[in-house]
Amino acid sequence: MKERLFDYILQLGDNSLILGHRLSEWCGHGPILEVDMALTNISLDLIGQTRNYFQYAAKIEDKGRTEDDLAFLRTDRQYRNYLLVEQPNGDFAATIARQFYFDSFHLLFLQELVKSKDEQLAAIAAKSVKEVSYHLRFSSDWLIRLGDGTEESRTKMQEGVDDLWNFTAEFFLMNDLEKEMAAAGIGVDVQALEESYYAQIQEVFEAAKIQMPDYKPGQIGGKDGMHSEHLGHLLAEMQYMQRAYPGMEW
Amino acid sequence: MKVADTKNPVWEIIARVPDPEVPVLTVLDLGIVRHVELEGKEIRVTITPTYTGCPAMDMIGANIRKELKKEGFEKIEVKLSLTPAWTTDWLSEEGKKKLKEYGIAPPVGATTDKRVLIGEFSEVTCPRCESENTHMISQFGSTACKALYQCKDCMEPFDYFKCH
Repeated sequence: MKERLFDYILQLGDNSLILGHRLSEWCGHGPILEVDMALTNISLDLIGQTRNYFQYAAKIEDKGRTEDDLAFLRTDRQYRNYLLVEQPNGDFAATIARQFYFDSFHLLFLQELVKSKDEQLAAIAAKSVKEVSYHLRFSSDWLIRLGDGTEESRTKMQEGVDDLWNFTAEFFLMNDLEKEMAAAGIGVDVQALEESYYAQIQEVFEAAKIQMPDYKPGQIGGKDGMHSEHLGHLLAEMQYMQRAYPGMEW
Repeated sequence: MKVADTKNPVWEIIARVPDPEVPVLTVLDLGIVRHVELEGKEIRVTITPTYTGCPAMDMIGANIRKELKKEGFEKIEVKLSLTPAWTTDWLSEEGKKKLKEYGIAPPVGATTDKRVLIGEFSEVTCPRCESENTHMISQFGSTACKALYQCKDCMEPFDYFKCH
């Protein structure tokens, strides 16, 4: 059970870590200063959440590994994040689409995780849920602004939404680990969130005058370590310092 | 022994530690010091982060340790606790006053009001000219705990300490 819990916490932490890293790539490149600050603030929140998860995971594992070891010294197949969060930033509309898909799920997920029988996971969720409601507000606002904007912004927003749609399947198709954790009252029964998720995003799409893709999404793999080619490149950069200077700390 | 009494001299020592990001506030004004437990020269201080990614937490912990060490405490433990999660409702009245004088609009309302969380609360007063004719520029400001506002009367942009 202890090992399974460790794996589950890693999966939660990996999503925040990889998306947090992706957003950090926007630092200094945002379309306007306020957006630059917003994206990096969200990145900071996500990396802070990752630290909470990994500190807890390291304690559970109890083999002397630290949060840094877990973040920086695993190989690509050992990461358990959704394929969605490792997708490249693309243009600003693509980043907003990725963020919106994730935030919408993240908020629903955390609202359930606060009820976890595992006290520390519930505590991390209670802390994170406040931050994530701001994230969702930001990504929804921008999705609407771009979708209901100029011809060009609408086209790009629609492309971003279409390109990443297929990856949303992974939130809800439960693997054995998730089923086990949900049954134990520790994890979240994500399948039960599916309906409200798509209803909620449909609402925002309508406000944004964005067309909801008309096929059922199906791309999975990340949760079981089968990643897209993008993750390896991301890790090469993210892990560089820790690999070059082992044991380095802030 | 649990030192809940904030008049205890130990709290005065901790009150010397400022928030590194908003130095007019002490860690007590912020409401992030949750417990102090004291046994002879052994002391344990429990703090809670404002935001999970707040980079100031490590520094705050180190500064609390430094101040206590100066006063002769030998075994000092600074513990980080996530529950109950920090809320701006814990910001002291004194703290809100200091924020405003510093040019940062203090949080408006209580977090139990849902509108506050999604940023629909419009009655943020300009800390410079007291006008309520203000608008939000960005939900994310110079630090995780602040949003960026602008006063439509004096035109001055200012930070707003988000209700959280």
